Amino acid sequence: MSAVDQLQHDVLVIGGGGAGLRAAIAVAQEHPDLSIGIVSKVYPMRSHTVAAEGGMAAVIKDNDSAEDHIYDTISGSDWLADQDAVEMFVAEAPRELIQLEHWGCPWSREATGHVAVRPFGGMKLQRTWFATDKTGFHVLHSLFQTCLQFPSITRYDEWFATKLLVDDGRCQGCTAIELRTGQLRPIYAKAVIIATGGFGRIFPFTTNGAIKTGDGLAMAYRAGVALKDMEFVQYHPTGLPGTGILITEASRGEGGVLRNNKGERYLADYDLGEPLPLDDPRHPQLRTMELGPRDRLSQAFIKEQEKGNTYSGTYGDYVHLDIQHLGEHRIDTKLPFVRELARNYGGIDPVKESIPVRPVVHYMMGGIDTDIEAATSLPGLYAAGECACVSINGANRLGSNSLTELVVFGARAGRNAANFAHTSDPAAVDRLTSQVDGERDRIRRILEQPSGGDRVAELRREMTSTMEEGAGIYRTQEGIEQTYATLSDLRERFGGVDLDDRTNVYNTDLISALELDYMLDISLALAASARDRTESRGSHQRTDHPERDDDQFLKHSLAMRGDDGTPEVSFRDVVITKWPPGSRTYGSTDQAKAAKTES
Amino acid sequence: MSTAIETMVKFEVFRYQPDWDEPTYQVYDVPYREDWVVLDALNYIKDTIDGSLTYRWSCRMGVCGSCGAMVNGYPKLTCAAFLSEYLPGPIRVEPLVNFNVERDLVTDLEGFMEKLESVQPWIIREDGATDDLKSEYLQTPSQHAAYQQFSMCINCLLCYAACPVSSHSEEFIGPAALALAQRYNLDTRDEGVEQRRDVILKDEGIWECSFVGECSAVCPKHVDPAGAIQQAKMTGAIDYYRRLLMPWTVKS
Ligand SMILES: Cc1cc2nc3c(=O)[nH]c(=O)nc-3n(C[C@H](O)[C@H](O)[C@H](O)COP(=O)(O)OP(=O)(O)OC[C@H]3O[C@@H](n4cnc5c(N)ncnc54)[C@H](O)[C@@H]3O)c2cc1C
Ligand code: SF4
Ligand code: FES
Repeated sequence: MSAVDQLQHDVLVIGGGGAGLRAAIAVAQEHPDLSIGIVSKVYPMRSHTVAAEGGMAAVIKDNDSAEDHIYDTISGSDWLADQDAVEMFVAEAPRELIQLEHWGCPWSREATGHVAVRPFGGMKLQRTWFATDKTGFHVLHSLFQTCLQFPSITRYDEWFATKLLVDDGRCQGCTAIELRTGQLRPIYAKAVIIATGGFGRIFPFTTNGAIKTGDGLAMAYRAGVALKDMEFVQYHPTGLPGTGILITEASRGEGGVLRNNKGERYLADYDLGEPLPLDDPRHPQLRTMELGPRDRLSQAFIKEQEKGNTYSGTYGDYVHLDIQHLGEHRIDTKLPFVRELARNYGGIDPVKESIPVRPVVHYMMGGIDTDIEAATSLPGLYAAGECACVSINGANRLGSNSLTELVVFGARAGRNAANFAHTSDPAAVDRLTSQVDGERDRIRRILEQPSGGDRVAELRREMTSTMEEGAGIYRTQEGIEQTYATLSDLRERFGGVDLDDRTNVYNTDLISALELDYMLDISLALAASARDRTESRGSHQRTDHPERDDDQFLKHSLAMRGDDGTPEVSFRDVVITKWPPGSRTYGSTDQAKAAKTES
Repeated sequence: MSTAIETMVKFEVFRYQPDWDEPTYQVYDVPYREDWVVLDALNYIKDTIDGSLTYRWSCRMGVCGSCGAMVNGYPKLTCAAFLSEYLPGPIRVEPLVNFNVERDLVTDLEGFMEKLESVQPWIIREDGATDDLKSEYLQTPSQHAAYQQFSMCINCLLCYAACPVSSHSEEFIGPAALALAQRYNLDTRDEGVEQRRDVILKDEGIWECSFVGECSAVCPKHVDPAGAIQQAKMTGAIDYYRRLLMPWTVKS
């Protein structure tokens, strides 16, 4: 191929969701001389950021303070967040959200014209900005439409990235399949940013869209970068049974309550404070009851289930989320999407009935190991968004911190990648051809595999079900080891995967196989990390090791891919600046006490 | 899962590959489930019967805009089209009309992406470059309400499949892109009305649009693109006469 045909950029962004678009715009705005590529397996506005509902946290109101947002985030993380990263994150957040506002994001407003904020779980004060309950949709479309104005950005829409190109210890691009033609092509770059989102699809029951398969993590992992804190999987307490469609935490922020099959507000039994009557003007109380953190609420569900206090239905057990007392007007102005989803997919109108809900896999705290600059250990490679683990989320992310993380770290990744590109040589194209050929062979082998093996959907079903069995809300050594063994077996069987579709144009059967291949790698890394963390912290609960163990595990886990392809786990200290680990207390009075003694 | 007397629904799905002369319809039998949508049936077919069936989807909650198709001749989000509405079947699923087909249910979106970009759907400000990001631009709830509806577009393109003008004119910017232009024109934070005007008013399509309102009728998000087009025409026409008769009132 001649040089003219070569696809080459200064900065290449893999992923067109909130993090990837923010990164690309940062480069375009601040370094107009650089050429940027965005590779995305779906048109960017289809990215799963679109599904985020509740809101986006940043300190903007006079009664709020950075200290408070930092403390909420760190205690919410069960002290596994790096405190220098959290401090920086909280400091940069307001500016980033104002930037979104200036790019047209239609934030919900107060009568004065200022942006409005709402309460969210685990947050001591109201600091969550929102665009009704379609925040992610508006954020994503605002970013996407804004990015259309920059001539320096070239988009590769519906190109599926498969592998990072690395030479001389430096990341220099990736290979990607153009879905329309089926061709695999190299896209060279001086610096690469991975922003491929989360991987909830390794579980059977999830709020995550079909595209959240963790491809970027697997690509980084295969290039020798560690995956950090993979064992921390966030279950959101309120998904619709069956579909797993999310009913946003904002419904509780607005005053919605959870009840068991006895009609009790059962969270009162789980150290989350005292319930106030619904007509008490102080309801809902921040950091209390329904506004406790997600890990604790999802765990409480399992305990209630064990006590026989849940309802049972076609799609498993559930409890009730009741927002009827908010009234039709408030529901329609603040939570219109909740009503739409509950009506369409739950078959009930939340103005008149309670919504059946159960915990559902929602968000991955773990991801590609990056530092506070969004840089990975591989020079020239950056990562941001849900695929990355800085970590500001530690063992449990607070709702509405993730969208903020996309823009804060997306922008950082963009700036740092741009600086790196400025001082780097172009990709060593000649030396990379053999890697490109190798990748082409790998994919051709899958495509031309003789018939007789397992179908993609079957292997995927077995993978998701073993993940739920061994790596769900409560875990044991035995269960995790069983899951690990099953995954290893599936890894073997994947070698004979049998496609129904052997054509080139828009071969989604092939893409599903490649996604499955990536999911198997990261599931193994997750299981190994969960096996080696013999304590309970945040979302990682081991019934055989029920206590948090700061002596041994105030540490991030790091899973590296060993020579034989299996994960090897090591640990690295958490960065503590000003907030020594304390006990995580929720419920309004406890919380005031805790804040005094700990900070 | 299946019981002996399971109800089955017949699906007739449009199949096409670029090297075929003719598209065909392939028939699949899918078990009926009360809470299934057409997309669930397509996924069932792909996972258990025929992995080569090709279509787009992601969110399964009516917000990513990927999964539009003609269901029994009517443009729908397949993730919001319940099987129960089509009993006893058969249910025919075809790609959105007024677009070229790439394969099976997958259509070519490039034309739309160009149209979207042509209306400059972003905030245009004279102070853009000097923005210090110290505070938000103020916007009252009623100012927000003025454009809110037009900001709800998920780019699913059902409206293009319903649009009589798009059916014969590939150039027509079309309902969704015009609604988005209007979304920015009506936003108090935006100063780009002038820049967008020419693209919009020079589009012959908008003058052909007769406000039949098919686009608004099929829109799953109640965006009302037909209303946006009417508004754009009205203000466009007023501005045109104002330029002609009272040039001093028009910002240069
Ligand atoms: C239902 C739901 C509601 C949520 N609500 C909130 C909320 O209210 N507040 C909050 O803070 N957070 C919320 N979250 C979490 C938050 O939305 C996500 O963490 C965040 O949007 C992830 O953004 P991202 O940019 O990292 O990835 P995504 O938006 O998922 O984008 C990933 C991108 O990578 C691309 N990609 C992936 N693999 C490849 C590949 N192999 N080749 C090419 N491209 C690829 C995709 O095409 C896509 O463009 C919610 C999440 C869900 C699921
Ligand atoms: S206007 Fe409605 S129908 Fe048209 S693309 Fe937007 S959401 Fe879809
Ligand atoms: S799958 Fe996203 S809109 Fe239907």
